Amino acid sequence: MAKHKTPMLDELEKGKWPSFISDMKQEAESREKTNVDLQAPKECVDDLLGLMELTYEDKVVHWKHGGIVGVFGYGGGVIGRYCDQPEQFPGVRDFHTLRVNQPSSKFYSTEYLRQVCELWERRGSGLTNMHGSTGDIILLGTTTPQLEEIFWELTHNLDQDLGGSGSNLRTPSCCIGKARCEFACYDTQAVCTDFTMEYQDELHRPAFPYKFKFKFDGCPNGCVASIARADMSVIGTWKDDIRIDQDAVKAYTGGELKPNGGAHAGRDWGAFDIQKEVIDLCPTNCMAWDGNKLKIDNKECTRCMHCINVMPKALRIGKDTGASILFGAKAPILEGAQMSTLTVPFMKIEEPYEELKDLVEKVWDYWSEEGKNRERLGELIQREGFQKFLEVCELDADPRMIQEPRSNPYIFWKEEDVPGGWERDINEFRKKHQR
Amino acid sequence: MGYDPKDPLKDRITDIGPRDYKEFLPSVIKENYGKWLYHEILEPGVLVHVSETGAKVYTVRVGGCRLMSVTHIREICEIADKHCDGYLRFTTRNNVEFMVDDESKLKPLMEDLESREFAGGSKKFPRGGTGAGLTNIVHTQGWLHCHTPAIDASGVVKCVMDELYEDFQDMRFPAQVRISLACCLNMCGAVHCSDIAILGIHRMPPMLDHEHLDNMCEIPLAIAACPTGAIKPATVDGKKSVAVKNERCMFCGNCYTMCPSMPLADEEGSGVALLVGGKISNRITEPKFSKVVVPFLYNEPPRWPSTVDAIKKILNAYVDGAQKYERLGDWAERIGWERFFEKTGLPFTGHLIDDYRFAYTTWRQSTQFKF
Repeated sequence: MAKHKTPMLDELEKGKWPSFISDMKQEAESREKTNVDLQAPKECVDDLLGLMELTYEDKVVHWKHGGIVGVFGYGGGVIGRYCDQPEQFPGVRDFHTLRVNQPSSKFYSTEYLRQVCELWERRGSGLTNMHGSTGDIILLGTTTPQLEEIFWELTHNLDQDLGGSGSNLRTPSCCIGKARCEFACYDTQAVCTDFTMEYQDELHRPAFPYKFKFKFDGCPNGCVASIARADMSVIGTWKDDIRIDQDAVKAYTGGELKPNGGAHAGRDWGAFDIQKEVIDLCPTNCMAWDGNKLKIDNKECTRCMHCINVMPKALRIGKDTGASILFGAKAPILEGAQMSTLTVPFMKIEEPYEELKDLVEKVWDYWSEEGKNRERLGELIQREGFQKFLEVCELDADPRMIQEPRSNPYIFWKEEDVPGGWERDINEFRKKHQR
Repeated sequence: MGYDPKDPLKDRITDIGPRDYKEFLPSVIKENYGKWLYHEILEPGVLVHVSETGAKVYTVRVGGCRLMSVTHIREICEIADKHCDGYLRFTTRNNVEFMVDDESKLKPLMEDLESREFAGGSKKFPRGGTGAGLTNIVHTQGWLHCHTPAIDASGVVKCVMDELYEDFQDMRFPAQVRISLACCLNMCGAVHCSDIAILGIHRMPPMLDHEHLDNMCEIPLAIAACPTGAIKPATVDGKKSVAVKNERCMFCGNCYTMCPSMPLADEEGSGVALLVGGKISNRITEPKFSKVVVPFLYNEPPRWPSTVDAIKKILNAYVDGAQKYERLGDWAERIGWERFFEKTGLPFTGHLIDDYRFAYTTWRQSTQFKF
């Protein structure tokens, strides 16, 4: 029997899409019946439903602002949360979240997931997010005394650590990569795990001006959205030629193979027209089809992936693969949204990733020194200029880094740019030029 | 054995990181790691990837809720044990992927998934989310667990996905459509590069809890948090507090993030803005930001009809007008934004003209427009 009446939430049980309300109700019921020695309030899911119903009536949230909770020695991984109607909903009086660092690209064994479920049913609300926005497994809602207990069990029994929150390195994430994608230009899972392990201190102990995110995309399709969401975006690319299987190209033009792996099958778009659908859509016009042979002027290709996406069986990424490194993406708060800026056009991404680690450490030193409180790297780069950022990275300017050259002539020349420097004698000047 | 509150540092383990992903790879994935040649979508929600060894992995993708109970996860585990040798995967967009290494195992898996429903009647595992269609909406916590939201998240997502359910299971769109939701401007969901972004915004400046502000907040941090410099120190009834120049407020809520005594959320003031036309991928055109096309819609729990309706209008116009492979933003740019508002029937108002940083770069400085 539900503890609270939830007529508005019940409306969200209708419709075909999976209902989170139905799922919460089944969890509430399971907690009611279970023999498990529950350490968090038995009625917490019931009370969460009640609190949500109240919020649906009021249209204003009923969670209080933050609250500093955590586990000893860590400055992140736990988000404090308190309800502003604790008398009415005691089960969610304190209802903190733990971020649990997900494995790279989110494959799981059921054995592991069951361990997480067992722990979280017993010591928490039994509600999770699979996954949170940054990529962590989110354990949603437990009481303060449970936090250390959970951390102990996670580290001792599950061999599993927390993720990041606050002004620290956030839990890195990556696309599916070589595990199941033919487009992966480097091993995203391996780098993601390696960087997560290398920078555990930065992940757990906030020492930065604000949050910092790594995201690893295996190709320019960008399935983990690194260009929009990561302070350092690593996006796979290649330097040599797209590999062409001319017979397979003909199989596409002949209709034996479905374009785009069958992605457009829900509608009759007519017969596949390679000229219209590939050659004419190429952003650099570097392709040609003579009815028999596909040609690509690879030097002019910007690796947008369109032709490869359309004909995955005929075209393959090159063999000289690596990644482009971009910096500075963030959501709008505060200076407006930014996408990452291309900083290193091409870098080989191979173990032990020294070059990439050297680069990120230079960037962190600079940002830690110059960044203001709650200033994302992208905002610092805007404030101090991309030229300054290149100096920090010890990189030379390259036209690949810009959309277009500046249109204003207000170049901030430095004294060393001018032979002889800036020191001049006004009296010498006056000898030639009257006052 | 276990945590000892009297000796918290005893046998403490820290900095061990996540579990190694290699432990969790099904054998067909492990054996063909880095060897994949190509893939096909056999039907909506069903993929096959083919390796150079000749091995194939068949994937069934189903939509999931970001909010998931352990009861539900255990059910997922039961399915994966029965059909997939005890392995599964989650996507970055809250979908669940079940993988099998033989085509004969597909049908029983799909039938099993199809048969499962929640007590309320909704599907537990809708198959889809592939190709030129709609995939799952990524979203933030909303009213369920966040302290700064302007809107709910899970509820709005449920309403939109119910309405667009067929498009999750179909591939009739010109290109993929990515819808994302962030419940406030902090954008934990970073929705600013989505085909359609549902964003929670405020329209009222913060209230000031002068009585408690100095005890609850670091006043200099609250002042520094304001991007427009609208907050200054003030003394109210002998207590240290702040004053806000309301006409300068951009309703970002950054002050509230720093100072709990400055709440913004309001029944009348907070609601939904819709942004469209962003993308992440470099395919054909460069990644781009989403643009605000609906400045404000009221929170309408429990079913958010105005939000759902506006999204349908946008999608219908896009599906009717766009060319094959054309993303929503590329379509809007090709036909022109004046045409976008005409085709979608959305009203254009002054609120949609940028007046923040670099605003003039978004104004039209040419005579090339359409009547």
